[in-house]
Amino acid sequence: MAFDGTAGLHFSDSSSGPSRLRSDSGTEVIRIHDLHKVYKMGDIEVEALCGINVTIQRGEFVAVMGASGSGKSTFMNIVGCLDRPTSGAYFLEGQDVSALSSDEWAHIRNRKIGFVFQGFNLLSRTSAVENVELPMMYNGLHGKERRERALEVLTLVGLEDRLHHMPNQLSGGQQQRVAIARSLVNRPALILADEPTGNLDTKTSAEIMELFQNLNAKEGITIVLVTHETDIAKYAQRQILFRDGLIISDSKKEEKLQG
Amino acid sequence: MWIMAFRIAVRALGRNKLRSFLTMMGIIIGVGAVIAMVAIGEGAKALVRQQIASLGTNLLVILPGTVTVGGARTGAGGRQSLVDSDAKAVMSEIPVVTAASPVLRQVQQAIAGDQNWATSVQGVAPEFQQIRNWQVQEGRFISQADVDSTAKVALIGQTVAYNLFGDDDPLDNIIRIKKIPFRIIGVLGAKGQTGHGTDQDDVVMVPYTTMQKRIMGVTYVQQIIVSAVSADKTQEAKDQITLLLRQRHKIRPGADDDFNIRNLSDIAEAASNSATVMAVLLGSIASVSLLVGGIGIMNIMLVSVTERTREIGIRMAVGARSRDIMLQFIVEAVVMAAIGGALGILVGIGSSNMIQRIMEWPVLVRPDIVIIALLVSGGVGIFFGFYPAQKAAHLDPIDALRYE
Repeated sequence: MAFDGTAGLHFSDSSSGPSRLRSDSGTEVIRIHDLHKVYKMGDIEVEALCGINVTIQRGEFVAVMGASGSGKSTFMNIVGCLDRPTSGAYFLEGQDVSALSSDEWAHIRNRKIGFVFQGFNLLSRTSAVENVELPMMYNGLHGKERRERALEVLTLVGLEDRLHHMPNQLSGGQQQRVAIARSLVNRPALILADEPTGNLDTKTSAEIMELFQNLNAKEGITIVLVTHETDIAKYAQRQILFRDGLIISDSKKEEKLQG
Repeated sequence: MWIMAFRIAVRALGRNKLRSFLTMMGIIIGVGAVIAMVAIGEGAKALVRQQIASLGTNLLVILPGTVTVGGARTGAGGRQSLVDSDAKAVMSEIPVVTAASPVLRQVQQAIAGDQNWATSVQGVAPEFQQIRNWQVQEGRFISQADVDSTAKVALIGQTVAYNLFGDDDPLDNIIRIKKIPFRIIGVLGAKGQTGHGTDQDDVVMVPYTTMQKRIMGVTYVQQIIVSAVSADKTQEAKDQITLLLRQRHKIRPGADDDFNIRNLSDIAEAASNSATVMAVLLGSIASVSLLVGGIGIMNIMLVSVTERTREIGIRMAVGARSRDIMLQFIVEAVVMAAIGGALGILVGIGSSNMIQRIMEWPVLVRPDIVIIALLVSGGVGIFFGFYPAQKAAHLDPIDALRYE
């Protein structure tokens, strides 16, 4: 596939092959140990996460479920290196990231994590291809290479004929595809999708979820998906359910794993 | 990195063209005002300098001292202590003096044909022309031979020429002063008014010897005007002339001088200083508008940061560090200020020229002020862009992404 063509680029860095700072075997993308997060609201302390333990392997497609207030958003923010845990350890590809500075986090977000949001979060009045190029602006990749990689991932999500459209000229599904292309462009270790179908109709939602499934199955991309819809969660191989800051169930669909 | 920040900035500004332009307006007016005001101030300074230069360069005037007649002092120039040999001695014996000329003045009626005109008749030496830096429009100036022979020759100023001869050529015509016929050997170039409004062109010049013997019947001279080699040598010249004249006039140590020396470069300096004060004053008033322009930039940048909170969140999520965001907004502010500054320079130069043309006021656009204005407007961008940029850079990406 198209993506294999990029393997030759030096961007895969430490994610493939043996490397520094790896706590365990190279197949672990996320390992979280006894993670706590406490918010202080005035005098009241609210414990959003009360001791989470979870490991996600390379190539997994995981759905994180739970009602609002269950702690799944907090979990996502911490996994996405946007928020700091109060205590506990978080290893991303073997590297303890909970103790890094915010600049180092920015670097990790740039190289290792691809975000897909409910509201697409594309830059307005900026063409699809330029939106996809955005993450590469922050890792010093130069013009021609940047454009090539952007075209590659846009082709991968099926938008090769919409390169120069502005977000407001694209349908919701197309906008989300641009966002997915953007999340892929730096070849991250995982994609974090936060309610990616929340703003889409059922048919488009299904298309987007199939795209995720494809990326997972054919490109071997690790995907963590946050949703509160069971229909959407069904596309994933593994479902983790949050309630009151704890994981109350963690189940795998055996038949999908084999497929 | 910088190129990227610059590109982002230009695009962001391009998206809100009117708003960007109105914000720049503050800087445009500020920089334009500074340049125009300083140009006006500099023009005034140049005008003052030019007026002083028209009096003569590096000029010193030696006047006789006072005399007390029956208890009443006559005031400066009352004595008759100066003679023409004093002028010659000053010129030949003092190295920092380039030229000296005796001067005698008297108002007389000049008559030519059926016209007459009361004017200032001045007796001068050939050196007078060089000292006062006075052009001869037509004919020649008084020569040493004229002085030696007490020749009945005269030069007339523009005002006299017009009043006695109208449009006719006065050269080689005869004018009568105290019934003595003088042949006109030259017409002086226009000199204009002095700073006090005296018409310098209302003059007839004759050899000082002729003035002494034929018109006034005296042997003294009223004053000696002296030119020093340069403006900073006038004090030295003054000191040496004092020594020389005291010696020549046999004044005992401790006794008062029987003459006064006035230094015109002091007056020039004072006038030039007051023009500088005016330039500084105008410039600083205009700088206030530059400050206001800067505040306008800060204001619009704060609005822009708030409006683009989500964009900032997206950029942070995909890997922008705080300093990348900071740079982006500072560059945006600087680009806005610099474009404003560049346009302001054009406006400043344009309005300076307009003032010159319409108000006939001399202006002088100084290139260093233009460069300073551009640098200052860039600095204004950095200074007033800093706080909004910092605000943007310190946003929490989670909040920023959620911002509606």
